[in-house]
Amino acid sequence: MADAPALGRARAYGLLSWMWIRSSMAYRTSFVILLTSSFAITFLDFAAILIMFASVDRLGGFSVSEVAFLYGSTSLALGFADLFGGSLDRVGARVRDGSLDAMLLRPVPTLVQIMADQFAIRRLGRVLQAVLVFGWALATADIGWTWDRVLLVPAMLVCGTAIFLAILVLAGAFQVLASDAADVGNAFTYGGNTMLQYPLTIYPTEVVRAVTFVVPVAFVNWYPALHILDRADPLNLPTWWQFASPLAAAVMCGVAAMCWRAALRHYRSTGS
Amino acid sequence: MSGPGLYAAVAVRSFRRYSTYRAATLAGAFTNSVFGVILAYTFIALWSERPDLGGYDVTTAVTFVWIGQALLTPVAIFASGAEADLVERVRTGDVAIDLYRPTDLQLWWLAADLGRAAFQLLARGLPPTLIGLLIFDLRFPSNPVTWLVFLLSVVLAVTVSFSIRYLLALSGFWLLDVRGAQTLTIVLSTFFSGLFLPLVIFPGWLKDVAFALPWASLLQLPADVLLEERTGWSVVQALAFQAAWATALLLLGRLVLRVATRRVVVQGG
Repeated sequence: MADAPALGRARAYGLLSWMWIRSSMAYRTSFVILLTSSFAITFLDFAAILIMFASVDRLGGFSVSEVAFLYGSTSLALGFADLFGGSLDRVGARVRDGSLDAMLLRPVPTLVQIMADQFAIRRLGRVLQAVLVFGWALATADIGWTWDRVLLVPAMLVCGTAIFLAILVLAGAFQVLASDAADVGNAFTYGGNTMLQYPLTIYPTEVVRAVTFVVPVAFVNWYPALHILDRADPLNLPTWWQFASPLAAAVMCGVAAMCWRAALRHYRSTGS
Repeated sequence: MSGPGLYAAVAVRSFRRYSTYRAATLAGAFTNSVFGVILAYTFIALWSERPDLGGYDVTTAVTFVWIGQALLTPVAIFASGAEADLVERVRTGDVAIDLYRPTDLQLWWLAADLGRAAFQLLARGLPPTLIGLLIFDLRFPSNPVTWLVFLLSVVLAVTVSFSIRYLLALSGFWLLDVRGAQTLTIVLSTFFSGLFLPLVIFPGWLKDVAFALPWASLLQLPADVLLEERTGWSVVQALAFQAAWATALLLLGRLVLRVATRRVVVQGG
C-alpha cells in the first residue's frame, strides 16, 4: 500500500517501534547494560578527543570547544538517524533469510517496517551523550550569537539527521542487491561521522571536495558550522553554501527514495 | 580423529567458511580503508602540532593507524568473531548438544576463531595496507625476524581477544540476552586497544592502567613490535604479557563453564 497517507505510516512506525521497546524491556538487566554501554561507547569516543587536546591547544586551527561543537552536532545527527533507521543495516540479513518477502506482502510500506524492525530505544544513549557534549560546546565556545546563527543550529541538526538517514536508506537499498555488503554503509555513516568530528581543515582539499560534491556529508555540520563559528571556508565557496544544508538534505532524500524503490523493483527473492 | 588433528581440522574449515563471504569481505576492506584515511589525517594534524607525541614520529603514528585497520577484524576488536555462533547456540540452547560432544568446547571455538583470524588477516588485513601504502608514507620493517615475531604476537592477540569473547558468550547462560555485555566488551576493547588513539599518548596514570589491561595485547603490543618501537628484551616482555593474559583468561573461561554447567538450566527445554 504505497499510497498510505503519511499519518498512517507514522502511526504504523510508532506501533511497531513501541512493540520492540516493550520486548526489549523483557530482559531488564541486559537492557540496563545496553543503555549504559551505548552511552559509555560514545563517551569514550569523546574522551579520545579530550586526550588529544591534553597535548595540543588547537587542532586544524580549532579549539577544544569548537571541536566539541562539531563533534556534538554530527553525533546528534547520526544519533537520531540511527535511532529512527539503524535497523536498515539488517536489510541484507532479511534478504538472506527470506523474511523481506513477508514484509513485502504486509499492508504497511516496506521501508516503514524495516526501519521500525527491532527499534532499539537504547540508541538514545548515543543521543544523550551527544546532547551533553553539544550543550557544553554551546556554553563554552566563543560564538557571536545573532538571530541567523540561532536559527541555523536546529536547521543544521534536522538536515544532518535527514542526510544520515538518506545514507542509511541508500545502504539498505544496496543490500537488497548485495546482501552481504552491509559494511559499505558504515564507511559513509560512521566514517562520515568520524570525519566530521574534526575540522575539515585537517584534510586535503580533494577530500573536502569529495564530501561536498560526491557524498555531501559535509552539509551535516561543516558548512553551517563555518557560519556559526565565523570561520573561513578552506574551499572559498560562496557564502550561501553555508545555508545550503536543506537543499543537500532534500537532494539526498530524493535520491535515497528513488534508489530504494528501484532496489525493491529489482528484488528477486532468494528462492525456494 | 581426535587431539590436535581435530582442532586443526576445525580451524581449516573455519578458514574456508569465512573465505566464502566475498561481498562482506570486500565491503569490510573498503570500510577499513576509508577509516584508515580519515584517522591518518587526524593523526597527521595531531603530530604536526606535537611532532614527538608519545615517542612516535608522524610516520610511525600513521603506520600505526593502518596496522590498526589491518588488525581490527582479525583480532575482532569489534567482536563478531567465531564466538558469535557460540552466543547463538547458548541463546537457543543448542549448546547442550555441544556439551555432550567428546571435544573440548573452549578449544573447539578457539580453533574456529584462529582459522577465521587467519583468513581475515589476509583478506581484511592486506587490502587496506596496500591502500595505505599508496596514499601515505608508511614505515614497515625490513628485518624478516620482526615480521615473524609480529605474527606470533598477532596469534597471541587473537587468543586474548577470543578468551574475552568466550567469557562474553558464556555470560549468556545467566543474562540470556548478551547484547548489552557485548556492547560493553566492544567499548572497552576499542578504547583500551588503542584503535582510535594509541595508548602511548594516554596521559599519566591512564596510560599505566591501559598498558596493564588485557586489551593492550590486541593492538598496541603487536603494533609496537612491527614498528620496532620495542626491540630486544622488551619484545620478550610484550609476548610474555600477552601469553600471561591469554592463559589467565582461558583458565577463567574453563572455570566459568564448569560453574555454568552445574548451576544453570540450559534454555530450550
